[in-house]
Amino acid sequence: MLNSKVPAGPLTEKWSKHKFDMKLVNPANKRKFTIIVVGTGLAGASAAASLAELGYNVKTFCYQDSPRRAHSIAAQGGINAAKNYQNDGDSVYRLFYDTIKGGDYRAREANVYRLAEVSANIIDQCVAQGVPFAREYGGLLDNRSFGGAQVSRTFYARGQTGQQLLLGAYSALNRQIKKGKVKSYTRHEMLDLVKIDGHARGVITRDMVSGKIEAHEGHAVLLCTGGYGNVFFLSTNAMGCNVTAAWRAYKRGAFFANPCYTQIHPTCIPVTGDHQSKLTLMSESLRNDGRVWVPKTQEMSAKLRKGEIKPSDIKEEDRDYFLERKYPSFGNLVPRDVASRNAKEMVDDGRGVGKSGVAVFLDFKDAINRLGEDAVRARYGNLFDMYYQITDENPYQQPMRIYPAVHYTMGGVWVDYNLMTTVPGLYALGEANFSDHGANRLGASALMQGLSDGYFVIPYTVGDYLANLGNFNPVDKNHPAFEQTRSEVESRINKLLKLNGTKTVDDIHKELGHIMWEYCGMARTAEGLTKAKGLIQELRKEFWSNAKVLGENDEMNMSLEKAGRVADFLELGELMVDDALNRNESCGGHFRLESQTEEGEAKRDDANFTYVSAWEFKGDEQAATLHKEDLVFENVELTQRSYK
Amino acid sequence: MAQHMNLTLKVWRQKNDKSKGQFVTVQANDIADDMSFLEMLDIVNEDLTRKGEDPIYFDHDCREGICGMCSLVINGRPHGPKYGITTCQLHMRSFHNGQTIVIEPWRAAAFPVLKDLAVDRTAFDRIQQAGGYVNVNTGGIPDANAIPVPKRVADEAFESATCIGCGACVAACKNASAMLFVSAKISQFALLPQGQTERYERAQAMVDQMDAEGFGSCTNTGACEAECPKGIKLSNIARMNREYFSAKFFREEDVHQ
Amino acid sequence: MSNSKPVLSSSLGRKLIMSLTGIFLCTFLIVHLIGNLQLFNNDAGYSFNKYAYLMTHFAPIKVVSYLLYASIILHAVYALILTLKNKAARPVAYAQYDGKANSKWNSRNMGILGTVILVFLATHMQNFWWKYHNDQVPYIEYRTDLATGETTSKELTASEFRDYQETIENNVEIIKAKDLYKQVDFAFQNIGLVILYLISMAALAFHLIHGFTSAFQTLGLSHKKYIPIIQGLGVWLFGVIIPIGFALMPLYFYFVK
Repeated sequence: MLNSKVPAGPLTEKWSKHKFDMKLVNPANKRKFTIIVVGTGLAGASAAASLAELGYNVKTFCYQDSPRRAHSIAAQGGINAAKNYQNDGDSVYRLFYDTIKGGDYRAREANVYRLAEVSANIIDQCVAQGVPFAREYGGLLDNRSFGGAQVSRTFYARGQTGQQLLLGAYSALNRQIKKGKVKSYTRHEMLDLVKIDGHARGVITRDMVSGKIEAHEGHAVLLCTGGYGNVFFLSTNAMGCNVTAAWRAYKRGAFFANPCYTQIHPTCIPVTGDHQSKLTLMSESLRNDGRVWVPKTQEMSAKLRKGEIKPSDIKEEDRDYFLERKYPSFGNLVPRDVASRNAKEMVDDGRGVGKSGVAVFLDFKDAINRLGEDAVRARYGNLFDMYYQITDENPYQQPMRIYPAVHYTMGGVWVDYNLMTTVPGLYALGEANFSDHGANRLGASALMQGLSDGYFVIPYTVGDYLANLGNFNPVDKNHPAFEQTRSEVESRINKLLKLNGTKTVDDIHKELGHIMWEYCGMARTAEGLTKAKGLIQELRKEFWSNAKVLGENDEMNMSLEKAGRVADFLELGELMVDDALNRNESCGGHFRLESQTEEGEAKRDDANFTYVSAWEFKGDEQAATLHKEDLVFENVELTQRSYK
Repeated sequence: MAQHMNLTLKVWRQKNDKSKGQFVTVQANDIADDMSFLEMLDIVNEDLTRKGEDPIYFDHDCREGICGMCSLVINGRPHGPKYGITTCQLHMRSFHNGQTIVIEPWRAAAFPVLKDLAVDRTAFDRIQQAGGYVNVNTGGIPDANAIPVPKRVADEAFESATCIGCGACVAACKNASAMLFVSAKISQFALLPQGQTERYERAQAMVDQMDAEGFGSCTNTGACEAECPKGIKLSNIARMNREYFSAKFFREEDVHQ
Repeated sequence: MSNSKPVLSSSLGRKLIMSLTGIFLCTFLIVHLIGNLQLFNNDAGYSFNKYAYLMTHFAPIKVVSYLLYASIILHAVYALILTLKNKAARPVAYAQYDGKANSKWNSRNMGILGTVILVFLATHMQNFWWKYHNDQVPYIEYRTDLATGETTSKELTASEFRDYQETIENNVEIIKAKDLYKQVDFAFQNIGLVILYLISMAALAFHLIHGFTSAFQTLGLSHKKYIPIIQGLGVWLFGVIIPIGFALMPLYFYFVK
């Protein structure tokens, strides 16, 4: 049985009490421990910096050429915090409640409450670091509202909050690198986890410049490696985002939780063709002022698609502002899963727009009339520019075309309240873990979670683990486990390099993406998922027999890098399908057509599925074992989510 | 419908940091004008891979203009022919059928070529490590609104903070100077109240590291500002100079340590 | 943070030298032009030759002139050092570099413009400064009747001259001086020299259009209130009025006299 280690006691006191109950490591002993941090995004950089400040020795790894480039940087809209600076009724409890509800009651109460509790500290911390948040004329911090909430609690830095927060964490990290407390390894990819006596004690990495396979030892390993959205090939993730570190950990005994929970973000630029390498997201904040619509009739949509009429030719009464119509109280600001699903519904109904018909409008005409073009430019200028660069259409003059795209994965490595995985000494932070967002994440909450885990949770919980080790001995670098794991990594690389078939790795990745999007995307059925499982298995076979991988290990080898990542996606894809099949209910981003209300909303089955699915690896080409962590709701009542 | 075009690419190929590189001519056929420049390179690389030839290595990641990983000097312009965008945001509609495109890596002694079009920009990290931060630990921080910052100041600090560290300023500068990059970070903290305590030490430490990395000196041509995808202004360099000279000539406490 | 390097061994320190010497040389140009305007007086060089004597024999001005020579040398030497360092910062040049897309050509070619000016200075000094100081110019005597104000002049031989003198005898002012004016007139009858001067003044114009503003940018003096004034001075005073003023002199002597 999975033990989440949630402390006893009232919700509001759990974290304070737990902080007191945890063991501490004396300052002089902290420098005897080494902690490995994989990934340098918000979670990784903040954790590495905070741990180094405490006195631990830290090694960080990232595949990019600098820690500053982690994909947290692309987050646009903002970061939530229960500061109640706007005096609009916000509180820690309300943020907790919104997040639990937004996640469709599939998250752990205690974790979410802690997240809401430390959210305010994050803003303090970032401001102290010099993060240039948006401000009011009086010099105090400004807020905006975001999807799934009726208060304004989102702090932002124009349209690049993620970048500014990451640069803040990166600056804290740099400070520790300068002090010699952090050793940073860039252009390094983690390829495996090293376990000694069941505990995580190191990682095997590949230096992506020299190809050198290196073993690094540490007393604890923190996976801060982000999500696995690139399993869909097309997503808003960066090109390099991958599941390899988490997947290697899974194969070494860390359970993987809720892999089917993927978030499809409603406001992305639609696909234009087969050549497309990624999708571009535009901040959810656009829905503050943009109105989503499609024509009321299929005939009109058809004319639009053929270019016979322009959007401006469609009269007000012929437009269907479907989110405002269906959800009058939240309107265009319904949570992401709801907005995405409704867009898909319109397209499936033949009322989509754009050449492909796979898009809906996001219209700023009313906002421009109300506020003036300059005010709209001040709020969203960079997003409008980005849209213009990509589409060659001017959104000040005609409505944007948007369509949902894979954006975030709520599922991830299973962790307990201390963020420890099922492998002792191995932790997962940020998007890499499964913990706080349930089946759907609210906007502006990913940044909050990454920084909460890194700045304010892990510095306490790692200490507890290390203090309980009972000794301060360095990890034995010569332990055979290192050599053993290294040789396994090397033989896998050799196996990949021998592949000399006819399909490129990208070909196979694209096929996998099509399968995932078709059968495990916005709408899922038992039939489709079963079919997908077979298709993925076949594709995996084809990969290992017919893929083409070029070059040698001891050079910068793009082909090899991709192949290793896609090989892992091909395994993960199947687990996602398994999980989606198992979860015979709809919740949040997981929508099973078999389980919907009469109005077509996601219908949960609380009697049978109020649990976290945690999958245990049982061997290659063998079925994973499902473990369940029952979700206990002591504070909120489970209701059908309504944003009407 | 999308227009299609055939292009001739002259691409810098270099096996590793020790070998000598050269230009290699590659054809890019049937390229749609709504592709991004990097998607065009993806297609070229897929073709090369199918033929069993080593694909062209280039740095890229987010492909939405914010991570700063992509680079490339395209027909003599960092990030290509358009202003205010990164290479990943450049679309093929900026080119025409039959055109020859010369693609080179950033060229600077401080940015050695690692392979083909990818260069080592860790010099930028080392400059940041020299002082691009406020010395605060996690925790024990006063409430965020305890430090009011006038909106004008906050906005200007933000403008400086938008630098993505791509290195286009160095690539564009005829002297391979990194002063726009360095000054942007110095400016951000010189403007904000949070940065005041270490303001003058920071300027000196970052400039020293910049010099040690072997970047050239600014001759105020303005090329960096023109080519910066984020529009970082030249006035940041003036501010950096001011900070540095103030530290050197008017701040005794910082000079005699 | 560590002890910082001495200012003059930093990139910014070297730029500071360029800036300060440059601004000083600019101020000299103003004085030099105003003084030399006396060449246009139709008085057989009376006022100009008096002025030439003052400039070479008045102690405070002599001090300034040594500062001036030092500035020219420093400006040139540091330009050379910076140029070499800047070249070293980009050991491999771009195969294609589109400088005009991001900067003005004069800002990218300050070294070449400066070299033209340096060659000009050598010629200029040899023709006038050297000849004046080494008695290779003609001599002249002016007699001015103080009652009528009429001035007559006659050429003196070397033996008649001996030394500069300014005396009054019988209400007649007698001045014996080196006739630099005549030397100017003589020199500017040479069309080659006139052309060299015109080219050099054009170079000076373009050098200063960039250089004057650039010097202030280097000093960190950049404020939106007075930057337009500095830019205006740089273009109109140093880029137009002063070079044209100087250029008129050879033209005047070649065509009018």
